[in-house]
Amino acid sequence: MKAKHQRLVLVLLAVAAMIGAALLAMSALKDQAAYFYTPSDAAHDRVEPGKAVRLGGMVANKSIAHDPDGVTTRFVVTDGQTTVPVRFTGITPDLFKENSGVVAEGSFAPDGSFVATNILAKHDERYMPPQVAGSMHKSESLEK
Amino acid sequence: MIAEAGLAALWLAAALAGLQLMLGWTGLRHQRDDMLAAVRPVAVIQAVLTLLAFALLIWLFLRVDLSVALVAANDHSEKPWLYKFAGTWGNHEGSMLMWVTILAVAGAAVALLERRLDDRTLTATLSAQAAIGLGFYAFLLFASNPFARLDPAPPEGQGLNPLLQDPGLAFHPPTLYLGYVGLSVAFSFAVGALVTRNVGPSFARAMRPWVLGAWILLTLGITAGSYWAYYELGWGGWWFWDPVENASLMPWLAATALLHSVTVLATRDGLRAWTVMLAVVAFSMSMVGTFLVRSGILTSVHAFAVDPRRGTFILALLAIYIGGALALFAARVGTVREGSRFDPVSREGALVINNLLLTAVLGIVLVGTLYPLVVESMTGEKLSVGPPYFNAAAGPLALVLMAVMAVGPLLRWRRDELRNLGRRLAIPIAIAIASLAGVLLLAPGIRILPFLGLVLALGVGAASLAPLWKRNLRRTPLFIWGMVIAHLGIAVSLAGMASESAFTQERLVASRLGEAQQVGPYNIKLDSVMPIAGPNWTAIEGTVTAVRGGHSFALKPQARAFWAPPTETNESAIQTVWDGQLYVVLGRADEQGRWQLRLWWKPFVTLIWAGGAMVAIGGALALLGRLARERRTAMREAWA
Repeated sequence: MKAKHQRLVLVLLAVAAMIGAALLAMSALKDQAAYFYTPSDAAHDRVEPGKAVRLGGMVANKSIAHDPDGVTTRFVVTDGQTTVPVRFTGITPDLFKENSGVVAEGSFAPDGSFVATNILAKHDERYMPPQVAGSMHKSESLEK
Repeated sequence: MIAEAGLAALWLAAALAGLQLMLGWTGLRHQRDDMLAAVRPVAVIQAVLTLLAFALLIWLFLRVDLSVALVAANDHSEKPWLYKFAGTWGNHEGSMLMWVTILAVAGAAVALLERRLDDRTLTATLSAQAAIGLGFYAFLLFASNPFARLDPAPPEGQGLNPLLQDPGLAFHPPTLYLGYVGLSVAFSFAVGALVTRNVGPSFARAMRPWVLGAWILLTLGITAGSYWAYYELGWGGWWFWDPVENASLMPWLAATALLHSVTVLATRDGLRAWTVMLAVVAFSMSMVGTFLVRSGILTSVHAFAVDPRRGTFILALLAIYIGGALALFAARVGTVREGSRFDPVSREGALVINNLLLTAVLGIVLVGTLYPLVVESMTGEKLSVGPPYFNAAAGPLALVLMAVMAVGPLLRWRRDELRNLGRRLAIPIAIAIASLAGVLLLAPGIRILPFLGLVLALGVGAASLAPLWKRNLRRTPLFIWGMVIAHLGIAVSLAGMASESAFTQERLVASRLGEAQQVGPYNIKLDSVMPIAGPNWTAIEGTVTAVRGGHSFALKPQARAFWAPPTETNESAIQTVWDGQLYVVLGRADEQGRWQLRLWWKPFVTLIWAGGAMVAIGGALALLGRLARERRTAMREAWA
């Protein structure tokens, strides 16, 4: 193989690998990116059950209830217009309380309720993880 | 006075960086040796001044001088001294100053130690280093001054994020930054070699120890960060594909690729243009990473609205350095002569595939990290890209990469026969097949990625030892040992990851005092819950007894409440035994007096970090081996 050809083959290989990686990334992104929804968004868009999403809003007044197993918490997320019942099994964060902002990660069940795998609650104002801060910003504007 | 002195030192250092750039530039253009001779001393003095500024900031933090805005916002008089000290870089301005300090000190180290390169290339390198420095000095002085005063001074500081109040803070960020910024030297070498048209083995040999050193520190930093997140967050996970983690992974991937291609260039004089390109990419990833983390632009575009000057400044710097280096590369790539050739089936060929795969993984991580940012800035829609994406897209490529890693060191340089390879790989392949059968037998129903991971880990582990086969171990060069240990470390780490993800047992229970729970091989009992107090926090502490086959030990998970700033954190309790870790988190009490307990049994999880440490040790051996050999060669040449 001539030197020029070898270089060309290398460059072509590199380009092919990059395009392959980009395609792989794009298709995975389409399936896997988790969008942020407020209860109204979710009602409007009819999120596919089982798809990983984030649900953000306020924990509705007097909605937190504990199951007898001691580790499952049920509550309602609201944005003032629509509400979504949420079930979460795990240790809730310290600042998870009624009438304050919350972001639940998980997926919708076929009946329209939400099964959370992770709860991000509003931390101290300054020390919120930035990702939560961004999402919280959206639900905070509802607070006002 | 201290703050003013620090600021003055910073201004002086910035001026010297400007001088350094100017001297180098005009000296190279007009062939003025007197100007070129001044570049080295200027680089050293600049580093001393920056170091002074950083030391003064640390002093302000230790003294808790609340008249300085940065100290007031992050320090607290009741904080233990270690966190006053480490808190210096637990914030934006302080960490940027640390960044610049390391940058300047690295430049000074090149000026003092580098004797292999010709003077012109070295001067061009130091000028490039000064040019990077200049941008960051400007960023510090105009957009994030760490020494700004606050008038009137508040009576008490606001304290440091409790999640950061951990010995990890003293170790993890400096190590990572040393790695990030160590790559700046590789970048500057590449720019210098392009400027003086001197891309060849001598340039690669000068650059290699820096790449290795930076890569070792990045490896250590990432490993330490992973373990820190694992025990501090109390979520039981060791890698979250969090943007901040990706920011440290991307330079590591690029540096790993660079490390391998620079070896080809240094020993076989191949992959010239590609190596230069990778050096540019590696440091670009460091800068992208640092800025994504430090500016907050990554996770929320709103950070621009908070301080538009900072965000714009950052983007401008990135554009100037990355764009400038790429433009220089494009202009000069034609002058880079063709290196020596090799067959597709050869050590070089395997290293090219290694490089392509690493770059592809890098691309996937970069796309996943930036995608939410791009979408949010264009459509305003918020989304997050998490583990499902990264595992699905990067996982398969990483497994192929492992296989190439097993094969590559067994190939000869220049050309080889596939037949011979089969013979050399026979034992590792047999081990992989045996482990395949073993895993299927012992753990049916295991998921596909952990399954492949376990099988590959055993096969790759055996293959990575194969280069030592039939060698006289005592006469094996140190850098071969380094390579073997580093590759083995990757296999060990992979085995830990696969085992953790396949065999972890988790229990979430509400337990009364004295009630027994089972997780993995352990019988667990919550004995008592007591309030206790620390230097700047109060906590409730549970005492948990774990029993396994007659042996028992106590674990003490805590739920801490800090008062400055008022925040609560969970301190998990972890017990390491030979075959894994028991991980206990204490939750809250319910009305019936039951306590939430989260229990994990994670078999062989420690291998993940042990493997990371092995990789770093392997790197260190390779570095020592190379330096020792170079010294011997230099001495022999001096005698001849």
